[in-house]
Amino acid sequence: MSAALGIATRSLRNIRRLPSAFIPALLMPVFQVVSFSGTYSGVTQMPGFPTDRSVNWYLPMAVTMGASFAGLGTGFSMIRDLQTGFYDRLRMAPTSRRQLLLGPYIAAWVRACIAVVLVTLVGFALGARPVGNGLGTFSLFIAGLGMATIGTGWGLGLAYRFRDMRAAAIMQLTLFLGLFLTDAQTPIEVMDGWLEFVARWNPLTRVLHVARIGFVDGIGGADLLIGIVVIVLASIGAWAFAFTGLGRLDD
Amino acid sequence: MSAMALSRRDQIGALSSRSVMSLVRQPSLVVPSLIFPLFFVALGTSAFARAINIPGFPKVDSFLDFALAGSVVQGVLFGSVTSAAALATDIETGFFDRLLVSPSSRTAILIGRLAGAMIYGLAQTLFFTLVLFPFGLSIRSGIFGLIAMMIGGLFTALAVGALMSAMAIKTGSSEAVQGSFPLIFILLFFSSAFFPRETMDGIYRRIADLNPLSYLVEGFRSLTIEALTVTAVLQTILIPAAISVIGIALSLRTLRNRLAAS
Repeated sequence: MSAALGIATRSLRNIRRLPSAFIPALLMPVFQVVSFSGTYSGVTQMPGFPTDRSVNWYLPMAVTMGASFAGLGTGFSMIRDLQTGFYDRLRMAPTSRRQLLLGPYIAAWVRACIAVVLVTLVGFALGARPVGNGLGTFSLFIAGLGMATIGTGWGLGLAYRFRDMRAAAIMQLTLFLGLFLTDAQTPIEVMDGWLEFVARWNPLTRVLHVARIGFVDGIGGADLLIGIVVIVLASIGAWAFAFTGLGRLDD
Repeated sequence: MSAMALSRRDQIGALSSRSVMSLVRQPSLVVPSLIFPLFFVALGTSAFARAINIPGFPKVDSFLDFALAGSVVQGVLFGSVTSAAALATDIETGFFDRLLVSPSSRTAILIGRLAGAMIYGLAQTLFFTLVLFPFGLSIRSGIFGLIAMMIGGLFTALAVGALMSAMAIKTGSSEAVQGSFPLIFILLFFSSAFFPRETMDGIYRRIADLNPLSYLVEGFRSLTIEALTVTAVLQTILIPAAISVIGIALSLRTLRNRLAAS
């Protein structure tokens, strides 16, 4: 465990040493919640829109996006470590492969927490208000940490396979597309056309439902359960993707 | 004097041709500025299809008609930043210095470099329109409106390219120019590019009202969703043309300062 904590600590220290690599990923979801809530403030007037506060709809989307990119950030760092040869030295160290993977995961969870807290505070400042007893706000953290876990596995897996900056472009593009091909912008019920079908079957829509449960009426316990199952399955898949990718480095 | 003018034209022609060819030879530089705006249009057309009925939304047949203007301006902005970054790369590699010591006018060097972006801006406008036609896009102002939009696209590319060129000359760094892209994206988002100003509230509405990009986009939009009017044509062409003049003046001044300092 100490090896994983050491790797995580190093990754977190890099936030201070190399802020240019972390700050944009932190500012992006802040920008998203600010801009989407304002630009699309009129969408709440669409018949069937489940909230009268646009920020309640867009805050969970920005939180999951920010947490995902916090996860991908560890993938970017991994590319750097692979290119400089630092990671080869780590692989030669007397520690298990699982420890080598766990380190970036711990760092990603801490980074994701920073993003989730910051974006949520900005959302509240913009007028976001929880519905019900407010406990649903906790689900933002579940969805955020879930997306960070998925993003980390995906990012690391790609980094191990490509070993250069091509992986960074693929990481960002795929996650960006994956999240936007959901009900990120409007609920499925008010969509028309191809996106309605895609969003309905996109598993990340279910993760967004988990994030939204405390901010939008009409999302129930069943949605929470399905969302958590999706998070767990996708996280296991992403971990397996990263683990097999790490194994390929030995080839 | 006439020979001198011809000579300057030749200089602009040669440098323009180089700038256009550099875009043609590097499709990876231009493809994102074609794909991303179309992706956002496709998303918006499905996600916001029913938003056209909310109070304050302009009268349109579909969200696609509304979205065209935003996608054109978005695409042109992307492309222009790429072009300005290419100028910065010329500075980094030393090619720009060699041009400066050659018997070429500084205006020709600058305009020649921006010509690629201008032609690309014009082509992008046509490309987006042609791609979206089969999906139900209609341009109410007809072929003359489309021509006005293409000219508007050309001047928008010149305007943004000139402003970004000032930054390229000042910093001499393609990374700095590319790094400024988020600022442009923010400016675009806080305008009426993606949703009408009339549906916005409070501070967002005031920012969009003050943002020149709102008026630029709305010129293009008027030509898409309304009949051809002189006002819409002038708005689409004159706003970017005016910004171009300011941008070129700023770039030339920055260039003079750079030369004076070196």
